[in-house]
Amino acid sequence: MSSTEAQVTAGLLDAEGRAEMERTWDDGPGLRGWLRATDHKSVAKRYVATAFLFFVLGGVEALVMRVQLARPENGLVDPELYNQLFTMHGTTMMFLFGVPVQLAMAIYLVPLMVGTRNIAFPRLNAFGYWVYLIGGLLLYSGFVLNTGPDGGWFNYVPLSGPQYSPGKRIDVWAQTVTFTEIAALVAAVELIVTVLKQRAPGMSLNRLPLYVWAVLVTAFVVLFAMPSVALASMMLALDRLVGTHFFNPAEGGDPLLWQHLFWFFGHPEVYIMFIPATGFVSEIIPVFARRKIFGHTALVLALVATGFLSFGLWVHHMFTTGLPQLGQSFFTAASLMIAIPSGVQVFCWIATLWAGRPRFDTPLLFVLGFIVLFTLGGITGVMVASVPFDQQAHDTHFVVAHLHYVQIGAFVFPLFAAFYYWFPKITGRMLSEALGKWNFWLFFIGVNVTFFPLHFLGLMGMTRRVYTYLPETGWGPLNFVATVGAFTIAASALLFVANVFRSLRRGAPAGDDPWGSHTLEWGTSSPPPAYNYLHIPVVQGLYPLWERTPDRPVVTGMGTERREVLLTTVLDAEPDAVYQHPGPSEAPLLAALAVGVTFVGGIFTTWAFVVGPALLFPALLRWFWTQERHEGPRTEGEEPA
Amino acid sequence: MSAATRRTWPAIPVAILLAACDREFSATPPAGPQAERISGLTGYLAWTGTAVFLAVVAFLLYALWRGRRRAENAAGPAAERTLTLWVGGAVAVTTLILAVTLVLNFQTGRALAEFAEPDALVIRVTGHQWWWQVDYQDPDYSRRFTTANEIHIPVGRRVRVEVQSRDVIHSFWAPNLHGKVDLIPGYTATTYLRADRPGVYHGRCAEYCGMQHARMDFRVIAEPPEKFAAWYEGQLKSATPPADSVRQAGRQVFLSKGCALCHTVRGTPAGSRVGPDLTHLATRRTIAAGTLPNTRGHLGGWVSDPQKIKPGAKMPPNQLAPNELHALLGYLESLK
Repeated sequence: MSSTEAQVTAGLLDAEGRAEMERTWDDGPGLRGWLRATDHKSVAKRYVATAFLFFVLGGVEALVMRVQLARPENGLVDPELYNQLFTMHGTTMMFLFGVPVQLAMAIYLVPLMVGTRNIAFPRLNAFGYWVYLIGGLLLYSGFVLNTGPDGGWFNYVPLSGPQYSPGKRIDVWAQTVTFTEIAALVAAVELIVTVLKQRAPGMSLNRLPLYVWAVLVTAFVVLFAMPSVALASMMLALDRLVGTHFFNPAEGGDPLLWQHLFWFFGHPEVYIMFIPATGFVSEIIPVFARRKIFGHTALVLALVATGFLSFGLWVHHMFTTGLPQLGQSFFTAASLMIAIPSGVQVFCWIATLWAGRPRFDTPLLFVLGFIVLFTLGGITGVMVASVPFDQQAHDTHFVVAHLHYVQIGAFVFPLFAAFYYWFPKITGRMLSEALGKWNFWLFFIGVNVTFFPLHFLGLMGMTRRVYTYLPETGWGPLNFVATVGAFTIAASALLFVANVFRSLRRGAPAGDDPWGSHTLEWGTSSPPPAYNYLHIPVVQGLYPLWERTPDRPVVTGMGTERREVLLTTVLDAEPDAVYQHPGPSEAPLLAALAVGVTFVGGIFTTWAFVVGPALLFPALLRWFWTQERHEGPRTEGEEPA
Repeated sequence: MSAATRRTWPAIPVAILLAACDREFSATPPAGPQAERISGLTGYLAWTGTAVFLAVVAFLLYALWRGRRRAENAAGPAAERTLTLWVGGAVAVTTLILAVTLVLNFQTGRALAEFAEPDALVIRVTGHQWWWQVDYQDPDYSRRFTTANEIHIPVGRRVRVEVQSRDVIHSFWAPNLHGKVDLIPGYTATTYLRADRPGVYHGRCAEYCGMQHARMDFRVIAEPPEKFAAWYEGQLKSATPPADSVRQAGRQVFLSKGCALCHTVRGTPAGSRVGPDLTHLATRRTIAAGTLPNTRGHLGGWVSDPQKIKPGAKMPPNQLAPNELHALLGYLESLK
C-alpha cells in the first residue's frame, strides 16, 4: 500500500491528479461556496473568527464593568444594565468563546494532525457552526433589544424562574445555551470519530500527538457534561413556558436540583477549555525547547485522569448550600486530587525546558506566562477546594481572581500561544514577533495588575456581582488598580488584532514548517490545500516529521475524483476501509435555520415546536439525499492494499 | 503557636497592602472562634501556596537559565533518570502537601461543625429582596419579636442562627464571625456564631439575588450581655404612642398614606409583614439594608423616592405634601 513520496509525485500523481484533487475537494467559489462549505478548515476558520469576535465583545463588557467599579458609588451604569453585563460577559466567555474556540481549533487542527482529508461527518460540522452562530446572534440580539439575560451565567433558580424573572430575558439565555450545547455535542462526536477512525496508517494510539489526546479526552468530557446542562435548561424552559415546577419549592420542586445539574456540567466545562490548552502547551514546548517532550506517557495519563476527575468536583461550587459535611469531604478530596495530574504536567514541561535548548519566540513566551499564571490559579484553586476557607471566599472577588487566573492563564494564554504557533500554517504568513512580544508582556502584566488585587478585595469582604459599593468599605483603591489593569489587557488584545491584520497582508511568508515542528500538519503546504495532503502520509513514530525515514512513505491508490478518506483501525491505525465523504451542501445551513426557528420561536409560542421540525424535515431530506455526488465508474487500483 | 499569632498570620499580606483600610469590612480579622478557626486555616493555605508557587517559578526560571546555556540537549538514559527523579520527587512532594492540606481541612471543618456550647440565643434570619428579616426566638412567645437588618448578640455566648428565604436564594455572611451560609427557598440552614469582642460587624448578602444584590447589607452588633439584655427588653415593647401633635399627625400619615400596607409598627393597626418591621426603626444605625445612615435627611429621601437610591427596590415612591413628610419623619424618628 505504501510507496515513497518521491516515486509517487514523480509518477502516479502528476499535476493533473493534483488539479483533480483540487476540483474534488474544493467547496466552490463565491458566496454560494461559502454557505455550502464543509471543508473542516473553512468551517474552523469562521468558527475561530466568530468566537474571537465574541471574546472581544465579552471583553468590552468586562471593561464597562471595571470602569463602573473603579470607584465607589460610580454611576456609569445602573444595576439593571450591570446585571446584564456580568451575565452577558460570563455567558459569552463560557458558551460563545471558551468552549467553541477550543472545539473550533480542534476542528481545524485534528484532521491535519492525524493525517486525514476532512473531519468525520463534515456536513454535521457545518451544521454545528451555523447553530452556534444562531445562538450567538440570539443572545446579542436580545441584549441589543433590551432583552438581555440578567440572571448570571449560572442562572440560579428561583431568581431565574417565572416568578422572579418575568419577561423573555432568561428564555433568551436558556435557548442560547441550547444552541451552544448542540454545537458542542456535534463537534465532540465528529472529533472522537476523526481521532479514532481517520488516523493516518501507522499512527497507533501510542503515537497520537498530545494535543490530539487532549482533544479526545475533551470530546468525551463534552459528551458526558453537556447533556446535564441540556436537561437543566430544558427543565427551566418548561418551568417558564408551560408551568412545570421542577425548581419551585412551593410545588415540590427543588432549587438545589438546578445547581447540581448546572455544576455537573459547569465544572467539567472549565476542563473543556483547559485540557485542549494543555495540549497546545505539550505541542509547543518540544518545538521551542528543540527536544522531545519528557514524560509522554505520564502526560497522556494526566490528561485522562484530569478528564475523569473533572466530573468529581462540581459540589465545590456548592459548599455554602448546607450539603452534608461528609459528602462535601469527597469533593474536597477530588478537588485536591486533580492538582496531582496538573502538577505532573507542569513538572514534565519544566523538565523538558531544562533538558532542551529553549528558543524564546512568542509562542513559548505565552506558554511560560501560562505556567506562571496557571500555577498561581491552581494554588488558589486548592485553597477554595477547602470547605472552611471556601465558606469565606465563596462568591467574593477572591473567586473572581482565582477563576480569571485559571481561565486566562490556563486557557487564553495557551490559546494565544497556539494562535502565534499555527497562524503561519493557517494563513501561510508569520505573525510579527515584535508585536507579539508587546502583546505578551502587556497581557501578562495586565492580567496580574487586574486580578491579583482581587484576591485581597475578596478577603476584605467584597462580594461578586455587585454593581457598586460604599466608600467606607475601603475597596476603592484596589478596584482602581484592577481597572487600570483591565485597560492594559484591552490594549494587548488590540495589538493582537492589529498584528493579525498586518500579518495577513504583509507578514513574512511562512513556508511549510517555519518552527521546525514535528507533527504531520507541518509536512503539508501553508495554508494546506483543500484535501490537506496530496498523499496520506504513513506515520513512523511519535514525532512524525522528526522521525520519518528519508523515503517518506505515503498511501497510494486512493481515488481522486471522489472525496475518499482512509479509515483505519482504532488501536493500531491499520488501513481498514475507504469511505466516501459527502460534498458541499446548503442543507446544514437550512437545517440549522429550522432548528433556529424551533428554539427561538419556542421563546414565544409552543407552536414553534410543530413548525420548526416540519421545516427541518425537508432540510434533512436534502442533507441525506445528496450525500454521494460523484457517481462514476470506479477505476482500477482504487482499493487500498 | 499562640492563638494571637495564628490570628495575625493570614492578615500579614493584607495588612501590608491595606494598613489604612477600615478593618470593620475586612474578612480577615476574626472576632469569634468560628472565623478564627477559618483564619488559621487560611494562613496555612496562603503561606503554603505562596511557598509552592515560588518554588515552581524558581524551578521554571532555573530550567530556562540552564537550558539556554546548553549546546546540546540533555538526552540519553542518564538524563532521563535525572529528570524522572526530579519530576517524581516533585510529584511526591505535591501529593504530600495535598494530603496534609486535606487532613487540616477536615480538622477545621469538624471543629466548625462541632462548636458545642449551649445556645444563648436562637435567631431566625429570613432573606427578602433586598433586606433581612430578623426574628428573635424564645420558647415564651411573649418574648419573641421581629426586627430588620440589625442583629444584636451578646458577647461571649454562642448564637444559633437559622436562615431561610421566602423568595430567591440569598447568602448570609458576616465575615468577621463565620463563613457564609446560603438561604435556599424550601430549606432551613443553621449556623453557629460567637463574638468574643464587642463591636459592629458588617454582613452582606453573598449570593446574587437580583437587581439590588449589591445593597443588601446587615450589621451584627455584639454587645456586653447586660447591654444586650437592655436592648432586648426595649425591642420587646410596642411603639410608644406619640406625645406631640406633629408626631400624632405623622402617625396618621403612616397609617393612611400606604406605609401600613407593607410595614408593621407594633402598638398601631399597622401589621403588614411585606417590608421591614419599623417598631423600633429609630434605634437602627442604617436604613435600606445598610445603604444609608439612619438620619432624618436620608430617611426623607428614602421615603420620598426609594427608586432613586435603590433602583428596583420593592418600596414605591411616596408623594407626600411637605408638611406630611415632615410629620411622618418626626413620627419615624420617635420609634425608639
